[in-house]
Amino acid sequence: MAASPVIQVAGLRKRYGSTLAVNDVSFEVYDGEIFGLIGPNGAGKTTTMECVEGVRRPDGGQISVLGLDSFRDVYALQQRVGVQLQEAHLQKRIKVSEAVALWASLYKTKVDTGKLLGQLGLQDKSNAWFMTLSGGQKQRLFIALALINDPELVFLDELTTGLDPQARHAIWDLIRGIRARGKTIFLTTHLMEEAERLCDRVAIINHGRIVDINSPAGLIRKHCPQRTVILTTEDATADEKLRAISGVEVSRDDKGAVIVRGDAADLMTGVIACLADHRIRVTDFQTVVPTLEDVFLKLTGHTIRQ
Amino acid sequence: MSGLWNLAWLEIKIFAREPLGFISTIIIPVIMFVVMGRSLGGRADPSERLRTFVSADLPVFAVMLIALNAVLSLVTIIAIYRESGILKRLRATPLRPHTILTAHVLVKLIFTSVTLVLLALAGRRFYPVALDVSWFSLAAALIVSSVSIMSLGFLVASLVPTARFAQPIGTLILYPMLGMSGLFVPIDSMPPAMQTLAHFLPLTYAVSLLRGIWLGEGWLAHGWDVAGLALVCAVCTALSSRVFRWE
Repeated sequence: MAASPVIQVAGLRKRYGSTLAVNDVSFEVYDGEIFGLIGPNGAGKTTTMECVEGVRRPDGGQISVLGLDSFRDVYALQQRVGVQLQEAHLQKRIKVSEAVALWASLYKTKVDTGKLLGQLGLQDKSNAWFMTLSGGQKQRLFIALALINDPELVFLDELTTGLDPQARHAIWDLIRGIRARGKTIFLTTHLMEEAERLCDRVAIINHGRIVDINSPAGLIRKHCPQRTVILTTEDATADEKLRAISGVEVSRDDKGAVIVRGDAADLMTGVIACLADHRIRVTDFQTVVPTLEDVFLKLTGHTIRQ
Repeated sequence: MSGLWNLAWLEIKIFAREPLGFISTIIIPVIMFVVMGRSLGGRADPSERLRTFVSADLPVFAVMLIALNAVLSLVTIIAIYRESGILKRLRATPLRPHTILTAHVLVKLIFTSVTLVLLALAGRRFYPVALDVSWFSLAAALIVSSVSIMSLGFLVASLVPTARFAQPIGTLILYPMLGMSGLFVPIDSMPPAMQTLAHFLPLTYAVSLLRGIWLGEGWLAHGWDVAGLALVCAVCTALSSRVFRWE
């Protein structure tokens, strides 16, 4: 991946009354990546994103997007980026085709709107009023509006909030498709699964501060390296034999299952080899790998939904 | 510039798709004008007072009602668009902020003109007394008045906390102004404090201008009214550009 930054944010601050919504936030987004800003509601995700988009004025710090100052050069910037806002709406009785035509009329560069609606599965909804669309269709329309000027960089704020899992998976495929066409994507989400599946790199934000930035796998490796194997066996000597593997901790849960914990990347290999060597008969074998959710809990002391 | 016309034309189409709003802004003032005119002016022996009311005050009242309906509808739409994030979404496009708001003013002026044309047509056909007036001058006076009152509307739209309160608060601010505008009670016969207040209200100048044009007086005689409306417009626009809320 070419490591030229498309977005550079340094020391961003934004205050609402007496609350510091964004406090000294710095990060870079590179060309061609999907970058996610993740955190609970009220952490400062949307405020940060809207400052980068140039629709909100920061109280301090530097923001450079595609080489432009996002607040001062906002009109030049808007020609080159696509924006999807959180909880956005359009006029209740605007037709899909009218919204697309209005947006297309505002940009110097524009894509073939019929083809775009087709790509987003909205070709049959062209004459439908906005108010009659389902949640997933509305979000797909907002993606269409964000892509109408063939932008180099796309901002997606809480894109799949409120959608059912099926619609969510369809949107994820769309976003991967956008990236495959060479665009950079900056998104926010409070869904850890979304971040883990979609993002090349994520920044965890909590109470207006960035806690850490890395790839999802990198964050997990760094903060929650511990892996767990849970197995069910009638062999009473299993605990003792498993304890012989170096760097593991063995215990039993209240149902009598054996729990093996360890930080080593090859914990599973060690456990399987041990079971085979000692011919321990196992009736169930589960592995628990830490997720971004665990990283979040570890770094912030609370789950993302609290 | 093309963005302004595109957005205005789109808003006209969208507004026309909502039958209730369409009827209440455009049809109600016309119906009120005709029904009141016929029920009062159709009497066998109308008094002198009633005669002036039907031939001058009622038409001016109907025209003012068109302007006030437009402003109320503007305040409500801006409040709804703000609350549901439509204003914010439009603002995140290359559309300039003032273009978005000007488009709404343009839409209201177009509907105001259409209503005035309907009023003229209905007046010629159904009104009990002949309406001998320069409709062109009247339209110009109505548009000047509407623009001025709409600038006040943007201030009101910034003040209302939620869309649900937009219509009632707008009504509560605008209609009492109509009462003090000299349309029903001459300003000279009001208590001194109210007289002073009346001179700060745009509706006072609007009523004076519209009544003057209705009675066939020239624009020159009402230069001060136009100046008053322009001043109100300048002050309210300057204030709105500071306090207007987009979200």
